[in-house]
Amino acid sequence: MKYLVAFGRFWYDFIVGDSMALAIGGAGALALAAALVHSQASALAEIALPAIVVGTLVISLRPAK
Amino acid sequence: MNQELALVVSAVFLATVVESVEALTIVLAVGLTNGWRTALLGAGLALVALTVVIIALGPALVRIIPIEDLQVLIGTLLLIFGLQWLRKAILRASGLKALHDEEKIFREELAALNEAARTPSRNDIDWTGFVVSFKGVFLEGLEVAFIVLTIAAKRQNSLGASALGAVLAVVLVSLVGAAVHKPLTRVPENSIKFTVGLMLVAFGTFWGGEGIGVEWSLGDWTILVLTALYTLIAWAAVTILRRNAARPQSALAGSGGAA
Repeated sequence: MKYLVAFGRFWYDFIVGDSMALAIGGAGALALAAALVHSQASALAEIALPAIVVGTLVISLRPAK
Repeated sequence: MNQELALVVSAVFLATVVESVEALTIVLAVGLTNGWRTALLGAGLALVALTVVIIALGPALVRIIPIEDLQVLIGTLLLIFGLQWLRKAILRASGLKALHDEEKIFREELAALNEAARTPSRNDIDWTGFVVSFKGVFLEGLEVAFIVLTIAAKRQNSLGASALGAVLAVVLVSLVGAAVHKPLTRVPENSIKFTVGLMLVAFGTFWGGEGIGVEWSLGDWTILVLTALYTLIAWAAVTILRRNAARPQSALAGSGGAA
């Protein structure tokens, strides 16, 4: 059980770290791009994916102001 | 070697150089920030795992493992991990770490001590770095295996030539990596972490995007374009945050003078 908790904590720290916004934004960017690809809007996905990544980074920096 | 086999060797060599440079970039990044033991252990075990998978599955590999699923998984993890790293590097570069009230300073001192206790020496293994190094080499290695098998499948009796092209490329890129790793250790730590964060975000965007079916118009060159874009944004963020951090201090200095 102790090892299971440690294993879970490692992956939580690895994926979420100290900013939940980055974890949600990173995974969300790919999910939205996947939705665009499935809607035959691959060209838009090519622009939207990096744009959402940039937006996520900017949002994660705002509370630090 | 006839002309057709020479073409197979050249095609696989060039494709493998591109994939190997991507893997080398990640291994160098982990080595410079988490120690060479961690980076090489991750890369070494990834090569062992890769060899086992290739020997066990052989040409059936292309049909059994969906490379897109692997790209989505690894791309997502690299993207999130890279964003975390980049955010911290931006905050450090803009001087916004360790600011304000005593309680916060105390908490950060405590956290720094805990981090120092957890920070591995050159001989310890950092497991986060290990996972990043392992994933980078495993995914790129798997892509190389796909290239070798796909090109070999198109021409009869060309598996040996295809594998030769890949081996030559891996050896060349490894030698380049061994030559450049020492000069890189002289670069300041936060600059390295900044660069590593940028590269992980760029690789994560590229691989994750490929996995979900985004067709990058510039192919592998997209990684460079993404790196340039993220560098520009990170530089702008540091500049703005620095300016914002300086503003309250000048206001305080002004009010202090008046009092």
